[in-house]
Amino acid sequence: MDAITLLEQDKKKDLLRFVTAGSVDDGKSTLIGRLLYDSKGIYEDQLDAVKTASDRWGTVGGDIDLALVTDGLKAEREQGITIDVAYRYFTTPKRKFIIADSPGHEQYTRNMATGASTANLSIILIDAENGVLTQSKRHTFITSLLGIPHIVVAVNKMDLVDYSEDVYSKICEDYTEFAAKLEVADVTFIPVSALKGDNVVETSKNMPWYRGSTLLNHLESVHIASDRNLIDLRFPVQYVLRPDRTFRGYLGTVASGTIKPGEEVMVIPSGVKTKVKTVFSPDGELDEAFPPLAVGITTEDEVDISRGDMLVHVHNVPKVDRTIDAMVVWMSDEPLSLDKDYYIKQTTKAVSGRVSKLHYRVDVNTLHRSKETELNLNEIGRCVFTLSQPIAYDPYNRNRATGSFIIVDRITNNTVGAGMILDRVPADVSDVSISDSEPKSKHVTSQKSLITIEERIERMGAKPKTIWLTGLAGSGKTTIAYNLERKLFDAGQNSYVIDGENARLGFSKDLGFSAQERGENIRRAAEFARMLNEAGVITICSFLSPYESQRQLAREIIGTENYIEVYLSAPLDQCRKRAKPGIYDMASSGEIKNFTGVTAPYEQPENPDIVLPTHEFSVEMSVAKIIAFLETI
Amino acid sequence: MKYNVSNLKQLEAESIHIMREVVAEFENPVMMYSVGKDSSVMVRLAQKAFTPGSIPFPLLHVDTTFKFKEMIEFRDQFVKDIGARLIVHTNHDALERIGHVGNWTCSMCADLLKTQALIEALKLHGFDAAFGGARRDEEKSRAKERILSFRDSYMQWDPKNQRPELWNLYNTRHVKGESFRVFPLSNWTELDIWHYIYAEKIPMVPLYFAKKRPVIKRDGMLLLAGELNKAKDGEKVEEMMIRFRTLGCQLCTGAVRSKATTLEEVIEETMLARNSERQSRAVDQDREGSMEEKKKEGYF
Repeated sequence: MDAITLLEQDKKKDLLRFVTAGSVDDGKSTLIGRLLYDSKGIYEDQLDAVKTASDRWGTVGGDIDLALVTDGLKAEREQGITIDVAYRYFTTPKRKFIIADSPGHEQYTRNMATGASTANLSIILIDAENGVLTQSKRHTFITSLLGIPHIVVAVNKMDLVDYSEDVYSKICEDYTEFAAKLEVADVTFIPVSALKGDNVVETSKNMPWYRGSTLLNHLESVHIASDRNLIDLRFPVQYVLRPDRTFRGYLGTVASGTIKPGEEVMVIPSGVKTKVKTVFSPDGELDEAFPPLAVGITTEDEVDISRGDMLVHVHNVPKVDRTIDAMVVWMSDEPLSLDKDYYIKQTTKAVSGRVSKLHYRVDVNTLHRSKETELNLNEIGRCVFTLSQPIAYDPYNRNRATGSFIIVDRITNNTVGAGMILDRVPADVSDVSISDSEPKSKHVTSQKSLITIEERIERMGAKPKTIWLTGLAGSGKTTIAYNLERKLFDAGQNSYVIDGENARLGFSKDLGFSAQERGENIRRAAEFARMLNEAGVITICSFLSPYESQRQLAREIIGTENYIEVYLSAPLDQCRKRAKPGIYDMASSGEIKNFTGVTAPYEQPENPDIVLPTHEFSVEMSVAKIIAFLETI
Repeated sequence: MKYNVSNLKQLEAESIHIMREVVAEFENPVMMYSVGKDSSVMVRLAQKAFTPGSIPFPLLHVDTTFKFKEMIEFRDQFVKDIGARLIVHTNHDALERIGHVGNWTCSMCADLLKTQALIEALKLHGFDAAFGGARRDEEKSRAKERILSFRDSYMQWDPKNQRPELWNLYNTRHVKGESFRVFPLSNWTELDIWHYIYAEKIPMVPLYFAKKRPVIKRDGMLLLAGELNKAKDGEKVEEMMIRFRTLGCQLCTGAVRSKATTLEEVIEETMLARNSERQSRAVDQDREGSMEEKKKEGYF
């Protein structure tokens, strides 16, 4: 082969990063040594050095101890253990590989999490003689926690069980049963003997019953291109480039999604919109950029964008919040402490934050959860963080780049933990008091005002009602509510809108979208409406309020005689077109959970006072209809 | 496929990301420039990372004065061509104390003229981050090196106390006096470097290409004969077709016999031969685990 052919071949290669986990006795080092040795990834002189070292340190008597290929630091060599993640490189005609060799000793959790954070694939070694042990489970759990899309279970030391298919099948079954409890996508089993070389690079002659690929073959062919998120544009601005007065470019690495010239983008957190003028790369302008390319962006307008901001598509925005719920791997000797300030670095942004709540700790061996007040070295727990400023994020399982963060101690400046943000509204798990029908305290009694309802009605000239608008997202509730408010106000009436979205930003900020929390949201809104009515204000509530039982609750709180139910009956397909752009798509893709009409039910009102087919009526017509109704009562 | 990204593109993007992150978060970064092939790739990546701007930090060359003459000529021309700012630092104090070249040994040179000189230079200019072109595949002890490697105020590296490095989130926090070595080429292999040089047409010091040169055989190495390496008793100067696989000082960088006079031929020879490149450098072979000792002291 000549150089040109070699480079042509090399040009087509992609890159697979994998992590190996296993203990000293599983033969992990031997397996890596075998991969490097048989695929010619070790240079001759390094091999000579290993041969020399084998005589001194080796444990396999006479033969080359392949495990020594991967032993790095002297201290480790002396103790016969590896204590830190080591990176190895080898290449085949098809792919380049980076191995994150993560040691299986005491520091396993911290090390494996580190190695796993950048991996596409995880090799879990199981000793055929011992079967699925605690540590196999631990490694699988960490693999799943760090969101590695592919797993290879290498059942090693098959030579010691006479290459028995039964032993192998039993291990596969046991493992599958355990893995079912975790979020793991793609699992492949391969029976190997690293020591003898069976099915590592060469197909084994000792296991004719196994018809699958060898380990190397699988590593060369596993499909990884689709592991990237090419949907949600997230471009964290890393550096603002201003070489002269005329040029202003925003440098960064595309975290996910794609970005093109001419597209409208929004700056998070400012919410300012602009258009992409050019996407430039080190080699000139591009018509599209995608992960993991490091590029630059120029914009049409001069907008204020700085490091730590994020560019996104207008209709596909990340969550922006000061409170995040995350799984945390703790990496420091000093335990995680509540009420201590840490630095949190996520994408290109660093904020300070503290753990406001530790929900539970997960025992990596049993997956058992326990209530704890601190998290120690190598422990994993679920925490709520409260940050000094909001960050833009996505759940880690949807976006590794925007869902991950590191925790840094403010005094030692050490990296003390790593976090993976969960796909949950923090309120789902914090102790929100969802009110029961009875007040919590038994010692409160109802207090009476000295002004009677009649006196108020006399002063106001009208009996204030609550107009309750219900309907799907996009049916027009908010628009009609505010237009009605204006109309009534202009007519000299005191009117006020309680809007569902505003409620979510205000008095129901702590609530999620489960049926129970929706109920609580409605209860609060109804209580406010009742008070406003009593204060003489015509109240317009625009709430999706999908459940009949909850609207019934609102009716009871406000009082049947004051409650006017208006059903906006535009059907789903019409609402989809009219709704806030992209919101139904996000619901369909599962990004928004419990979305009414898509993944949560809408129960049509049984007996509304007014029905407005808002897909046919104009806003004016709808408002006029409601006013006409008010005049009849 | 449109969204496919080759190995080399991924490595390029990763290195650029690292450089931008360092420039954004450090006050006073510098790039170590040794004139060798890895350095040349690193400088090209720095140009790319900040285009259309210029490289926002100076290059630092620690000159032992025992370097090959062709390296210095090449260096000055190269820096001029790309319009970069170059700082050259030499430990003159040690040179004067030890005196004549014959008094120097390879390990003294590495300690005083490289390690000490580098530390001096970093302190003198107050650099808080220094990019280096080291790769993890070069040598065993480097396999566990971080991309951002923390150094205490004595510029020491503690292999047992490294900050965990996850995803592409680099912890750059430090107090005054502490610094980082940054290795943006960590994940590149020798083949990647050669491939990139080829693809990007990066200029190289002529010493990388084979030519008839006068050499002396000493301790199993081929040393370039001349002012610095004179034949001792029993040694003789021979003309041979040789080239260098790595460039360091004349005292301890051995050549290899080669017929490779073009880049293609070098790649063919290097990548189809299975000898790892540091073998021709004496510094690694002093004793087992020697590079690790040097790193603890501050050598790259």
